[in-house]
Amino acid sequence: MNGRVEKPRLTAAAGQLVRDHPLIPLVALLFMLSGVLELLRPGIINPFWLGNTVKFATPLAMLAACQVLTMLTAGIDLSAGAVATVSAFVVATVTPLFGVPAGVGVALGAALVVGLLNGFGVGVARVHPLIMTLGTGLVATGCLQVYQRFVIATGTEIPHFLEWLGTGRSFGIPNGLFLFVPFSILVLAGLRFTGFGRLLFAFGSNEHASRLSGARCWQVYLALYALSALIAGVTGLLYIGMIRAPSLSLANPLLLPSVAAAVIGGTSIFGGRGSYAGAVIGALILTVLGTMLTLLQMPEGARRVLFGLIILTVTALHARFTEQN
Amino acid sequence: MTRWIGKHAWNIGLAALLAALLGVTKLIQPEFGVSGVESLTRAALPFAFATAAMAVVVIVGGIDLSVASMMAVTGVTAAVLMQHAGDGSSVAVTFLTLLVGVAMGTVNGSLVVLTKVPDIVVTLAMLFVWEGVALLILEAPGGAVADWLMAAVVGGLGGVVDWVPRALILMVFCISVVWVPIKRSRLGLSIYATGSDRAAAFRSGVAVGRTRVAAYAVAGLFCALGGLSLTMITGIGEPVPGPYLLASVAAVVLGGVTLGGGRGGLLGPIIAVFILRLIRLMLTLMAVDPNVTTIVEGAIMVIVVMIGGLLTLKGRRR
Repeated sequence: MNGRVEKPRLTAAAGQLVRDHPLIPLVALLFMLSGVLELLRPGIINPFWLGNTVKFATPLAMLAACQVLTMLTAGIDLSAGAVATVSAFVVATVTPLFGVPAGVGVALGAALVVGLLNGFGVGVARVHPLIMTLGTGLVATGCLQVYQRFVIATGTEIPHFLEWLGTGRSFGIPNGLFLFVPFSILVLAGLRFTGFGRLLFAFGSNEHASRLSGARCWQVYLALYALSALIAGVTGLLYIGMIRAPSLSLANPLLLPSVAAAVIGGTSIFGGRGSYAGAVIGALILTVLGTMLTLLQMPEGARRVLFGLIILTVTALHARFTEQN
Repeated sequence: MTRWIGKHAWNIGLAALLAALLGVTKLIQPEFGVSGVESLTRAALPFAFATAAMAVVVIVGGIDLSVASMMAVTGVTAAVLMQHAGDGSSVAVTFLTLLVGVAMGTVNGSLVVLTKVPDIVVTLAMLFVWEGVALLILEAPGGAVADWLMAAVVGGLGGVVDWVPRALILMVFCISVVWVPIKRSRLGLSIYATGSDRAAAFRSGVAVGRTRVAAYAVAGLFCALGGLSLTMITGIGEPVPGPYLLASVAAVVLGGVTLGGGRGGLLGPIIAVFILRLIRLMLTLMAVDPNVTTIVEGAIMVIVVMIGGLLTLKGRRR
């Protein structure tokens, strides 16, 4: 009898905790996964491993920022993977011809064009963000394939500072953090303290109401999707420095995990609710999970099944605990 | 009559566009004829089934990102089981594969309804799961398919109607046998009602949860047909999912099914599949860089939806 009464109360208490501090269970999950990792291979948790995990989680966490920002307005940015790939490939091919500043400039410019297109489609023509970004992603990939045939003879060169950023370490800390820490502080502060950040939450909660309160819808969307594409472009620059081998599908495999990281981090795909800090932890969780599944030495198929099931379980538990009613 | 035209305006427009494109193709390539249409239909077959699956789920108000992965699972299931099967047991295998599809769809739908997590997130996770299952069944492309199944998609009907491709008959037959009875039944009404307004449907006594699961199951069945047809065309099972997810979303949207649900049918999306395949073929015939095709496809998808969106905006203002 006692147990029956206790259980719902316990769930309610846990739900309250999760609602008030959504990061606590996520961090707990992260530590739990690391613990399992340590059990599987004692001694694996060392500063070097920590640095590596952070290093590989960085591009994922940055792409997840695109998803968090757009999901706050009930959108999604499925062109982020393609945009990151485009910017990575362009910087690697333009640099040997015109030098580093031109390379970076052209790469980010290309990203910005895609973002403005997305913003125009979503904000002005009112196309569903899913369709719009899927379409521009396809177009960007196609353009990249055509572009590749013109530069096939020029060879590639990756700017040194990007390699330093992507693969170097100072004092044992991966250099990528020099980019990522200021970036995440900017995003977190931007969402919390600026009018633009509040507008994103307002749009996601009720677009009609925010429009009636005087927010100019299309301008916000244009800025949002341009910003998202710029973030994806910068991610591509970081990622090419890390991988050091330009290809036509470089960052595409990061796209779906970036959506997963945002969702695991508690961002609602229907908008109005979410946090970037959660998405960063989500990216770390996914990276640790990837290491764990590799260590388990299972067949590739079983690893994917587990990956999918764990994403589903985490999001389902999260939804259950934070249920509004 | 005018009402009928008004109701089917989008489909009629699409059919006219398809006819015009066929005419242009004939102009570009005078030899384009019966065999060209035949190979076009054959190539469109798996795309058509994937699109039908996606359309049913979108109509009920969801979206299924695991379409291509489910096709991979059913494709390899059929290929592995048929490797050493005779004609008789291959019929059984075909039905078993369809059952597997329905089961996967039911799992998807039940998870969406039970966990209350948005459709897009659940099916995103299931994309990985089904992809993994396909790899577990068959690690590298392989297996075989019964001869009668391969013969079912190649060539024409024979006799006077030899110009009608078998693949087209198979496509129309399978889709209408599944969809027409459903659409005419109570379930069809529930699917459209749930798609257009879930709360209103619930208050009118529609079993919303069960309807959504049923829609996902139907989508699973279509995916099984798609996976089977893919195996029938290539003769082997391929565990890595093909480009069917993006293509099916594009065709569904172009076919006049609104994301969000409740509107559209299966005819429009199927015509849209043909239009998209034909554009690809035309560009190939014109010796355009195949990579440009991707740009054109993406651009068509975006532009068509944009025009549609602007038109509805205009209509609402009036």
